[in-house]
Amino acid sequence: MKVLMSGNEAIARGAYEAGVRFAAAYPGTPSTEIMEEFSKYEGVYAEWSPNEKVAVEVAIGAAIGGERALAVMKHVGVNVAADPIFTVSYTGITGALVIVSADDPSLHSSQNEQDNRNYARFAKIPMLEPADAGEAKEYIKLAFELSEKFDTPVFFRSTTRVSHSKSVVDLKDPEKYKDNTRIVYDAEKYVMVPINARVRRLEVEKRQKALKEFVETFPENKIEMGNPEIGIITAGMPYNYAKEVFPDYSYLKLGIVYPLPEKLIREFASKVKKIYVIEELDPFLEEQIKAMGISVVGKEIFPYTNEFDPGIIKNAIEQNTEGTVSPYKESLASRPPNLCPGCPHRGLFYALKKQKVYVHGDIGCYTLSYMKPLEGLHSCICMGASIGMAHGMSKALKEKGKGKVVGVIGDSTFLHSGITPLLNMAYNNSDALIVILDNSTTAMTGMQEHPGTGYTLMKKEAKRVNLIDLVSALGIENIKVIDPIDLKATRAAIKEELAKDGPSVIIAQRPCALFKRSNIKPKPALKVDPDKCEGCKTCLSLNCPPISWKKGVTKEGSKRKGISVIDATLCTGCGLCEQVCKFGAIS
Amino acid sequence: MYDNEVKSILFAGVGGQGILRASDIICEVIMEAGLDVKKSEVHGMAQRGGCVTSHVRYGEKVYSPLAESGSIQTLVSFEKMEALRYLNLLRKDAEIIVNTEEIYPPAVNLGDASYPDDVISFLKDHYGRVISFNAAELAQKAGNTKTANVVLLGAISNLMDIDQSIWENVIKKSFPEKLIKMNLDAFQMGINA
Repeated sequence: MKVLMSGNEAIARGAYEAGVRFAAAYPGTPSTEIMEEFSKYEGVYAEWSPNEKVAVEVAIGAAIGGERALAVMKHVGVNVAADPIFTVSYTGITGALVIVSADDPSLHSSQNEQDNRNYARFAKIPMLEPADAGEAKEYIKLAFELSEKFDTPVFFRSTTRVSHSKSVVDLKDPEKYKDNTRIVYDAEKYVMVPINARVRRLEVEKRQKALKEFVETFPENKIEMGNPEIGIITAGMPYNYAKEVFPDYSYLKLGIVYPLPEKLIREFASKVKKIYVIEELDPFLEEQIKAMGISVVGKEIFPYTNEFDPGIIKNAIEQNTEGTVSPYKESLASRPPNLCPGCPHRGLFYALKKQKVYVHGDIGCYTLSYMKPLEGLHSCICMGASIGMAHGMSKALKEKGKGKVVGVIGDSTFLHSGITPLLNMAYNNSDALIVILDNSTTAMTGMQEHPGTGYTLMKKEAKRVNLIDLVSALGIENIKVIDPIDLKATRAAIKEELAKDGPSVIIAQRPCALFKRSNIKPKPALKVDPDKCEGCKTCLSLNCPPISWKKGVTKEGSKRKGISVIDATLCTGCGLCEQVCKFGAIS
Repeated sequence: MYDNEVKSILFAGVGGQGILRASDIICEVIMEAGLDVKKSEVHGMAQRGGCVTSHVRYGEKVYSPLAESGSIQTLVSFEKMEALRYLNLLRKDAEIIVNTEEIYPPAVNLGDASYPDDVISFLKDHYGRVISFNAAELAQKAGNTKTANVVLLGAISNLMDIDQSIWENVIKKSFPEKLIKMNLDAFQMGINA
């Protein structure tokens, strides 16, 4: 049966068709839908783990127990999970282990654009990379076969454009699950103390050698001969872009991007006159091919940054420097993403801005508050970093930083990697204030469950961590719980906790405005009374989408140049603007 | 300009307007009509009220889910000013369908930027065929402003050589029973718009 599927749906389907029934992940764009889809298939075990390192360790455990296990994450998640990954490369597994890395060229939804093909080479783990949804479904099966055949973890790389593009996929009947789970004691293979690890280290090199032989005849590394004047070596989505604009050239399309088939590459090079290596981000293939002594054209003409498209490839090869131009020459107001109407974060960041403090931010919807006019936070590096950074800055600034340094972190992000740095704050007696923005869900990636929500990915009720107890157990004594939409209480709590010696934690508790299980329902939309509004624009500084400025509505006896209006179709009646209005004009 | 017979439609608008749903439906229609189809969009941060685009490409065999800049034949803009944002991607003889509904970006809300005037007349001056109407108003007549995306699909169907029964079948499959009639009405409104 033919259906239209995204790359992510196809990865989930392919794993299911291959008889895989075990997966662990932490959500992250562009990978999230893989697990959401996989969890819907019958007979599977699928979990959201608190972070990617845990997800990989869960999958390793399952795979050592004989299971075929899948771990899924976005590119930066592999950084979090790198520690176990580098050593499971030594031990291998009893069943099978495939790690999906969804990379994000162009940083559509990420803090960096790292090229995770480098991890394959670094950790000596083979990596497959499909070019569309149809290939994704087949390659995930091949990845499991490879893992079993060579006793190795296998990387499966997707990119945003593969994960989030849809194409026609041919569904097949799923294989029956084969239960190979068992306990096998093999300490020399799995206890990585130096004496054993040295032996396994040699096994890794033997495996590398065997894999290098294998990739020479791997059918998804394929030559498509066309015009012999020009040969293109490529992999993944850029193959499609190149085929689109240069359908007649010769191609070597690599289905496995590490290790490379040296003999096949030499054979291709001998058949064509000039070779272009077309790859997004790093010159990963190019440098290895050049090291073989083969002359190719790569990053001299293709960009290092951002994802490609057919036009970028055509212009680079044809040396066109003029892009296509728009006839519209005026500047167009940008439309950045914004916190939603009724978002609980808005109140907190408004209050923090009034306090004039340095705010270390973290990864989540709330990162959006850095923009004007809220300007709610001043740094953001990676998951969980806000707490350690706030502590470090506070220690460095000493008296100068007293009452001035704050870290903010979402509930899901806190449980991902905020617990250890908060333990450190208690241990090393920090002076910073940490605010946990507890909106009861993983909002940015689309409402995933986590250990603080009370439910699992499989929609089962679960033990729900109590944040107050947890923070208290870490050694934090000053803990306050507030509703961030109550501005007066929020400001008072921030002021009070900043004044205290030692570390403090404020838990700002209010469910995400889009959260379906929320007990807070939208209230009737608020209205601006045009007689009372003085046009001071204070409510506009909340940057709430329903509130806009209506120019030219003047009033006798007032200097106002316009008024604020509220779009009743968008307003959720949270009441934040009502609290900031000094003239009582909003109700 | 290189032409490989593959056609490209660009959907553009603002997060929350049902753009991705509409582009899903059109892809199903194209697939039912026996053609190859690919589509591409970016999820994630774009959902929070930001710009949303979706490329739909179809033909005998489609490689790239993204269209080459300057090659798109049809632009369907779900919001008026968003039509102006992607003109560099269009062919000079592109057809444009515009929902004349206005959604102000934050800078316009704050009074720091103005909403562009005369969008439609600008488009008409530069492109051969511009079809504009207020899809939200028509959707309201069909029963709910949320069906504006299906109204726009009706308008696109006039530009494509695909049997109306295929469109209707896919629309029927795409919505729960109680919403089917409303969406079929919305689709017809778009055809007549």
